[in-house]
Amino acid sequence: MKASAFSYARATSVANVLELLVAHGDKAKVLSGGQSLMPAMNLRLISPELIVDIGEIAELREIAVRGDVLSIGALTRHVDILSSPEIAAHAPLLTEAVAHVAHPAIRNRGTIGGSLAHADPASELPASVVALNATIVVRGQTGERRIAAGDFFAGIYETALSAQELLVAVEVPVAQKNSAHFFYEFARRHGDYAIAGLAAQAIVRGGLFTDLRTAFFAVGDRPILAKAAERLVSVAITSVVLSEASAALGEELDPQDDQQASSSMRRHLAKLLLVRCASALLGRPDLTAGGPV
Amino acid sequence: MPISLEVNGERVDAHILPRLNLADFLREHLKLTGTHVGCEHGVCGACTVCVNGEIVRSCLMLAVQTHGASVVTIEGLSDSGEIADLQAAFRDRNALQCGFCTPGMLMAAQDLLKHQTDPDRERIREHLSGNYCRCTGYQAIIDAVEITARARRGRRP
Repeated sequence: MKASAFSYARATSVANVLELLVAHGDKAKVLSGGQSLMPAMNLRLISPELIVDIGEIAELREIAVRGDVLSIGALTRHVDILSSPEIAAHAPLLTEAVAHVAHPAIRNRGTIGGSLAHADPASELPASVVALNATIVVRGQTGERRIAAGDFFAGIYETALSAQELLVAVEVPVAQKNSAHFFYEFARRHGDYAIAGLAAQAIVRGGLFTDLRTAFFAVGDRPILAKAAERLVSVAITSVVLSEASAALGEELDPQDDQQASSSMRRHLAKLLLVRCASALLGRPDLTAGGPV
Repeated sequence: MPISLEVNGERVDAHILPRLNLADFLREHLKLTGTHVGCEHGVCGACTVCVNGEIVRSCLMLAVQTHGASVVTIEGLSDSGEIADLQAAFRDRNALQCGFCTPGMLMAAQDLLKHQTDPDRERIREHLSGNYCRCTGYQAIIDAVEITARARRGRRP
């Protein structure tokens, strides 16, 4: 199908975007890379009256390291993340995660700001920024708000962003010494939406996790930072400890049923991912031995 | 809205509605019907074209967004002779049947071969993963791209 008619504004600055958003509220939609917005419009799932195209605002494209923070502009495309040496050095989880986002032709257009603001619970980048404990920077006419990624996602396609605000950047703490990351998703085909996935960021010292943030995706209405993973921090990991954490994860999650997978299959896959993640990050193949993992 | 862009090396000026996507602009306004419209929501890859040297889904881009851009369609790629060998390999290997997906496949395959001279089958498969073919079962398409990559390597000094 084709999108219904709308008015179009090519924004010249962030201030210009905010003026338009204040004037038109939720009748306006921000067009970034368009790789989720355009399908929704073509399918007539949404019919905005005004499209505010932010594609020309160069200041939203920047990738910069300032002190301990890696700042990634909202218009940074997936292909830019994939090829950025700064991101590979300071947030390698993102580099790995973005390779799983759709296909080359989509990655050439899709942006990190668009993906985060769209908040599809099955997509890779929202979970990754939650695992990285990143901060989402949004701007409104009254100023800037900085929202912890863990508080940003509010439900399926729902975020803390108001209709008058623009997501301008995401700030990621740069990877520390002893940082390690894990990313894996189960999908029918490379580039498809995940059936269940895990983005994790950890600090490993002397064979122990001193920090472990596991953000599961496609198993709930938003990325889920699993509390069960806390059971693995600062303790010697044995297969018993791990299976207890995995059982606790199963209790914690309440995944949805759909045509791709049942709730119990998703729960099973998430538990599997936790075990594989611990085994991979600690370099302990013994933890996955002996079970169906 | 007025737009001005380059399509297959020629300057184009047009007046269009914002809702018009790039695929329909190419097909209906410029009569470049080699770009096919399949799903119209970014899944099938039949509408793949090059914008500023990068492959994109033309159904997921508004024509107004290409103001000032350089667009290359399958007609441009084919007429220049740039992919004559790839097209011949598709023909020889029976890598098409109905041909609906072929323009998009060729755009995506040429994009891979421009960036990587020695892709293995897994890499080819991954790069074409966003392009659906309902006839061939893909094996012959992977063969054709692999054969072309090998032949191009052999030709280089």
